Amino acid sequence: MSAKVITVTSGKGGVGKTTTVANLAVALALTGDRVVCIDGDIGLRNLDVILGLENRIVYDLVDVVEGRCRLRQAMIRDKKLSNLFLIPAAQTRDKNAVSPSDMVRVCDELRPDFDWVLIDSPAGIERGFRYAIAPADQAIIVTNPEVSAVRDADRVIGLLEAEEKGSPSLIINRLDVNMVRRNEMLSAEDVVDLLAIRLIGIVPEDDRVLIASNRGRPVVLDEAAVTARVFQNIARRLKGEDVPFIDLGNRGLWSRLFSGRR
Amino acid sequence: MGFFRRDKKSAQSARERLQLVLIHDRTDLTPAELDVLKNELIAVIARHIHIDPDAVRIELEHEGREQRLVADIPLRNAEKRR
Repeated sequence: MSAKVITVTSGKGGVGKTTTVANLAVALALTGDRVVCIDGDIGLRNLDVILGLENRIVYDLVDVVEGRCRLRQAMIRDKKLSNLFLIPAAQTRDKNAVSPSDMVRVCDELRPDFDWVLIDSPAGIERGFRYAIAPADQAIIVTNPEVSAVRDADRVIGLLEAEEKGSPSLIINRLDVNMVRRNEMLSAEDVVDLLAIRLIGIVPEDDRVLIASNRGRPVVLDEAAVTARVFQNIARRLKGEDVPFIDLGNRGLWSRLFSGRR
Repeated sequence: MGFFRRDKKSAQSARERLQLVLIHDRTDLTPAELDVLKNELIAVIARHIHIDPDAVRIELEHEGREQRLVADIPLRNAEKRR
C-alpha cells in the first residue's frame, strides 16, 4: 500500500474545510480503505470535535514532530471505524512548531500503512498553509459561492500552481439552491467558470451538517441526508470512479459541467 | 439613467466583479497600471503607424486560468492621410 496524500485548503476561513475532511475521511473509510487524517491547524484544533474524538487525545502532531512520542501513539482510532485514524493538532502551540519538511517526514512514515492521508489545512496562505501542502500529492480547494471565498480560492490555486502541485480539484460548499434559482447567489457553474479547475463536488446548504457536528458524528453517517450521498460520491470520484453529479434542482447545469471541461 | 434602472440580480454583480478582480489579482496589475500600459502602447504604435487612438481596444482576457493582453488596433487608411 502507498497512501495518496490529499490536502484540503481554501485560503478563506470558515468555508468548511474541517467538515469536508471529516466527511471525506469517513466516506473513504466506509469503502474499506485505510484512512488517516491530520489536523494541520495547530493552535486552533477542531477536526477532533467534528469527528467526536476530542476525549481520546493523549499526544498530538507537535509531540510527534518534537519526538515526545512515536507516530503510532498520536494516532487516535475512530470509535466505530477501525480503519480510520486522526492525528490531532496541538492546541497550546502555534504554527511555528511544524515545518514543511516535518510534514513530509510524517506523511512518508504513514504512506506504507494507509490508502489515504487527508490533511486539514489551516486558513490563510502563511506558514500553516505551506506545511500543509508540502507533502500533498493532490490538493482540494473548498469554497463557498460567495465573492470573498472565491477570490481567496483563486489566490490559493495560483500558489499551488506556482508550487507545481498541479491543478487542484474543487468542492463548492454550502450552495443554496433556492438563492441560485432567484439569481441571488453564484451558481456552481459560475464558480467553475471563474476558477477554471476540475469540480469534484457540490455540497448543498444543509441543516443536518450542523446537527452532525453538534453530535460529533459526521453527516456522511446520516443516511437520510442528501449531503451524506454527496460526500460518498466525492469519495468515489477521488477513488477514480466516474460518478454523475446529483441533481440538486439546478437543471441544465449538469450536462454542461461534464461536456469536456477539465 | 442609473436611478430608474431596475437593480440587476446580485449574482450577476458578483460574477462581473469577480471576473475583474481575479484578472487583476492573477496578473498583479491594478486597473490604473493597466491604463498606463495602454497609453504607453498606443503612444509607441502611433509613432510608427497612423492610428486613431480612440478606436484602440486593449483588454486583459482570460481563457481557463491563462491571461492574455489582447490589443485591437484599427489602422487608418494611408489614402486618407493626404
